[in-house]
Amino acid sequence: MSILALKDVSKKFGALTVTNGVTFDVPKGQALGIIGPNGAGKSTLFNLITGNLSADAGRIHFQDRDVTRVSAKDRCLSGVGRSFQIPQPFEKLTVYENLLVAATHGCNLSEAAVQADCADVLEQTELIRRANTPAGQLSLLERKRLELARAMATQPNLLLLDEIAGGLTEGECQALIGTIKDIHARGVTIIWIEHVLHALTSVVERLLVLDFGKIIGIGDPDEIMASKKVREIYLGIDI
Amino acid sequence: MSYIVTTQTRASSVSAIAGILLILMLIALPFFAGRGTIQDMFFILTMLTLAQFWNLLAGYGGLVSIGQQAFVGAGAYALFALVILGGFDPVLAVALAGFAALAIAVPTAFFAFRLNGAYFAIGTWVIAEVVRLIASQWKSLGGGTGTSLPRDATRDMWFVEMIEETLGVRSAAARDILAYWIALVLALVTIGGIYWLLRTRRGLALAAVRDNIEAAKSVGVDAGRMKWMVFLTSAFGTGVAGALIYLQKARISPDAAFSVTDWTAYVIFIVVIGGIGTMEGPIIGVLVFFALQSLLADFGSWYLMTLGVLAISIMLVAPRGLWGLVSERTSLQLFPIQRRLRGGRLTTSEDQ
Repeated sequence: MSILALKDVSKKFGALTVTNGVTFDVPKGQALGIIGPNGAGKSTLFNLITGNLSADAGRIHFQDRDVTRVSAKDRCLSGVGRSFQIPQPFEKLTVYENLLVAATHGCNLSEAAVQADCADVLEQTELIRRANTPAGQLSLLERKRLELARAMATQPNLLLLDEIAGGLTEGECQALIGTIKDIHARGVTIIWIEHVLHALTSVVERLLVLDFGKIIGIGDPDEIMASKKVREIYLGIDI
Repeated sequence: MSYIVTTQTRASSVSAIAGILLILMLIALPFFAGRGTIQDMFFILTMLTLAQFWNLLAGYGGLVSIGQQAFVGAGAYALFALVILGGFDPVLAVALAGFAALAIAVPTAFFAFRLNGAYFAIGTWVIAEVVRLIASQWKSLGGGTGTSLPRDATRDMWFVEMIEETLGVRSAAARDILAYWIALVLALVTIGGIYWLLRTRRGLALAAVRDNIEAAKSVGVDAGRMKWMVFLTSAFGTGVAGALIYLQKARISPDAAFSVTDWTAYVIFIVVIGGIGTMEGPIIGVLVFFALQSLLADFGSWYLMTLGVLAISIMLVAPRGLWGLVSERTSLQLFPIQRRLRGGRLTTSEDQ
């Protein structure tokens, strides 16, 4: 059973077609990786799935419900969680309060009801010691972790991660991979955009390649990475 | 491991007790203070109310409006219309005046919410000018030159006779005392209400929208609804404050009631020098503003220039305002809203 299905989804910014007839689905519980050169339309695709942007054409189904015209807020309430490529913390709120906003509004619960869950997520994402620090004072790694933690606090069924490993050291990256694997092991479906390929391929079961807004390959990560077309377009290798 | 959440700090417990004592003293003030003091306090309390609402709008809601005079004027004109044309008691009319401001706020928001940042600010100003022009066409309320409240309406106001008898003062002083007490209630309800709001999950959502609207939407916050809520609440409160200010002035004209300097520029000055986005900021700001006005009011345009220079200096040296300077050094919070997680793996030494 697929949790997410896109059918002929397109998005234009002026004359530029950023998403061009994209069709794919994601089975429940799968981890799907998305790769593609800069400007391929990966983040736009995420914004279409989360509802931060609305599609010009095509349909998006989430958990068997047509959400094409549903707002970002309502998609979050129905179980779509996301991290942003450039971390977007609520800077003047503390780390704990950042999660509190997400948990109370994303699950429509009272503060008292989500308190323990928020503390759990902070422990999982190793942010617990920074709980009372204003988010504006965090380091890059901590900001990336906060992106992940805040998305987790909304208790998503589908988690979208946008270049969460970018800019991290190898050690930081490995620690983050561990956390993401844990989340995936608990049955959360993940779609992950990433340029750090070894991080991505160590988690995902399926890989999608995007170029100029079109899908040019989707399938087993090893096969995809071995295909001539992908190597030409994505890696710029002339074979 | 179990955690607990607290908002209270030791300073806040002390300040709560000090606050209650201060409130009791303010209630009792007319029993021992002269008329001049009561009028000064009325000015401070009404400006504080306007400043708290602007702070809610701009500091917490991220909606930098420079058209608040639309709501002051709308409230004030509603008071005059209800009293002169409708024969209402002025005290009741003050309470009802907020609805007139709401009636202006709904279409204002409808248009202004299509604009962002500086465009929103200018948009609200333009709309306020339109409201002023409309008010100056209201012939039965004196058109462009304005009008006064009928003497018998203010003399026979509710509670005035009771205050005259209890305190043994003359009618004019009794009216000032009544206006002062209403202003005190309004300021307390405003501060208490905003404080309560900020401590609820709506308050958190408001802060999230201010810090990052797209991220707020992505975690399930209804950003549009938050903006409407603060805009309408601020308009209502500003309208009531406007009506009260003009009840005490007893004379209205469109230029005065819709003055961008008096009802928006001064209010922004108060919030910015005090500390935007804090409950304490407007309180400090209004005291500084009142002190400057008392000291420099005789110097005409030098007074305005001093205010300008001071505002710019504070913005450069202490962008978070005077309260920001204090709280940075002492981490003092008189109105604590920050939720702090304690216990579990957070021991006091690591808890920062």
